[in-house]
Amino acid sequence: MPELLQFLFSGVTVGAVYALVALGFTIIYNASDVVNFAQGEFVMLGGMITVAAYAAGVPLPLAAVIAIVATAAIGVAMNKLAIEPARGAPVVSLIIITIGASIFIRGGTQLLLGKQIHTFPAFSGDAPIRIMGATILPQSLWVIGGAVVVFIGLWLFFTRTLTGRAVLATSNNRLAAQLVGINTRFVMTLSFALSAGIGALAGVLVTPITLTSYDVGLALALKGFAAAMLGGMGNPKGALVGGLLLGLLESMTAGYLSSQYKDAAAFVVILLVLFFMPQGLFGRKSTERV
Amino acid sequence: MKTTLITTAVAICIAGAASAEIRIGASVSATGPAAFLGDPEAKTLEMLVEAANANGGINGEEIALVLYDDGGDPNKARTFATRLIEDDEVVAIIGGSTTGTSMSILSVAEDNEIPFISLAGAIEIIDPVKPFTFKTPHTDRMACQKIFEDMQKQGITQIGMISGTDGFGASMQAQCKEVVGEYGITVVADETYNPTDADMTTQLTKIRNTDGVQAVLNPGFGQGPSIVTRNYKQLAVDLPLYQSHGVASDGFIELAGADAAEGVRLPGTALLIAGLLADDDPQKPLVEAYKTAFEEKTGTSVGTFGGYANDAFLILTDAITRAGEADPTAIRDAIEATEGLAGTTGIYSMNAEDHLGLDLSAFRMLEIKGGEWTLIE
Repeated sequence: MPELLQFLFSGVTVGAVYALVALGFTIIYNASDVVNFAQGEFVMLGGMITVAAYAAGVPLPLAAVIAIVATAAIGVAMNKLAIEPARGAPVVSLIIITIGASIFIRGGTQLLLGKQIHTFPAFSGDAPIRIMGATILPQSLWVIGGAVVVFIGLWLFFTRTLTGRAVLATSNNRLAAQLVGINTRFVMTLSFALSAGIGALAGVLVTPITLTSYDVGLALALKGFAAAMLGGMGNPKGALVGGLLLGLLESMTAGYLSSQYKDAAAFVVILLVLFFMPQGLFGRKSTERV
Repeated sequence: MKTTLITTAVAICIAGAASAEIRIGASVSATGPAAFLGDPEAKTLEMLVEAANANGGINGEEIALVLYDDGGDPNKARTFATRLIEDDEVVAIIGGSTTGTSMSILSVAEDNEIPFISLAGAIEIIDPVKPFTFKTPHTDRMACQKIFEDMQKQGITQIGMISGTDGFGASMQAQCKEVVGEYGITVVADETYNPTDADMTTQLTKIRNTDGVQAVLNPGFGQGPSIVTRNYKQLAVDLPLYQSHGVASDGFIELAGADAAEGVRLPGTALLIAGLLADDDPQKPLVEAYKTAFEEKTGTSVGTFGGYANDAFLILTDAITRAGEADPTAIRDAIEATEGLAGTTGIYSMNAEDHLGLDLSAFRMLEIKGGEWTLIE
């Protein structure tokens, strides 16, 4: 029993990391149908900028805020400099642009902040919490809490606010959205700022667990993307459930099958789900009206 | 990127037709995924050449270093090796930060009969022995043997292994399993993790719950071993934890946290514990000189990998001095005759059958106590 509980805790810890990254994908996707492959770099920037500010003597909470604001600004700059000039391009071209931007951000960070692996202290110490023979770190609870808070925030944003609905409208039909008076350029800028901010928040929360360096973004983005696809791209609930599910799948495979097949088993399940439910678990059905 | 430290025009004029310049080539992975290896190596080589020239060069001749960055790509390394030999006309090559790049440089070097000193770990580079290829880092197998020797002393006979699936972890895992039987030790639990994983408590729980496990060994580098060490502490596993030489740097203690790293044992080189070496230790003056110079020059603390480049340069300059001429074949013969040369990694004594020249004494068994490295006698 303590064994199963430990596997569950491990899975939830990892899953919450994936979920936080996956949540970052949703806003930009909802605004433009673009899968932003630089999302992992936003997570990396959140961690790395916090590390740099903290090392310079800034208190940790302030360092985290600086990192989130700076990353959001980088997200806006990326939209203005790379995405907006290519506005008329098809979605696939835009996705490729985001891959280019991610390589650029990675290279820039390597030059400015170095190639070393870094970390900063966990928010509530390192003493593990013991529950029925299994243990979980307080930082894992921060990550899980962060994922839930971001999920609720996004859900309220998309269903309860006019701006959130404007984002969805822009994604559905940009021309129609413009005709009803939505400033679609502002929506795009806003979505990049929010996505980058959420990514950076994820980076701040997960760094004490995963550690960070200039090149952690790619691996995080891939797992986060897989989680988002599993849950249904664009749906915050899908991102949360997809992330936790992916983490639990990996942990259970490692625990009861073999750690060698951990990643493979997770991806087989994702393939099967997408085979039978191409929209993911909670994805919206797209209906093309002619 | 090409950095050439060329003798000044004045020096060439004075030397006249003698063309007093020894051209040494290097191809390391200063950027890319193996940058943590190649970056200190490149800085070390540049620093050493500068210092050697300031002291009058080798046999009164200045050294010109032609340094390329192969980014960890074996194809680029092969191109650069060819360019070094054909265009830059170097007399010897140092480099190959990774096993992959080393393997492609060595085939070019062997074909052109240019001595090559590799900075990569794999035993395949010098086994079987190739006439013109040498290397400075000890092999993964030697690290395994050193660890198992220590376990044997503790009376440990059954261990669990948790290995990274990256190149380093997988290679060392295989090497360790090959030699473990010689020490009367059996591997009763064998788990792996992906180097980018965030949590290894599942694997460690499985190992802990395996009957008879007396110690745990974690081959791997990068952030993986730090996370393993933290999770080990989180689960309060009450068994000795052994790490590999891949994490033998101060950064590891910092990342894992002094608290979690307490009691962790690993095989490291003299470089890591410069201050702890006995005054009569033959490696001491050299290790301290390199440590001081490197830290002054770069502002970052020394690591094992930069030390490999330091040793390669030492072996090469020693060989050229003894050969008395900068002819590739003469240099090769002189390198093979290296005897009792103290480097940062160990004391090198090469011969026709051994192009590494280190034995297990090159490794020192270290234990982390109170956030500091200590030497186990």
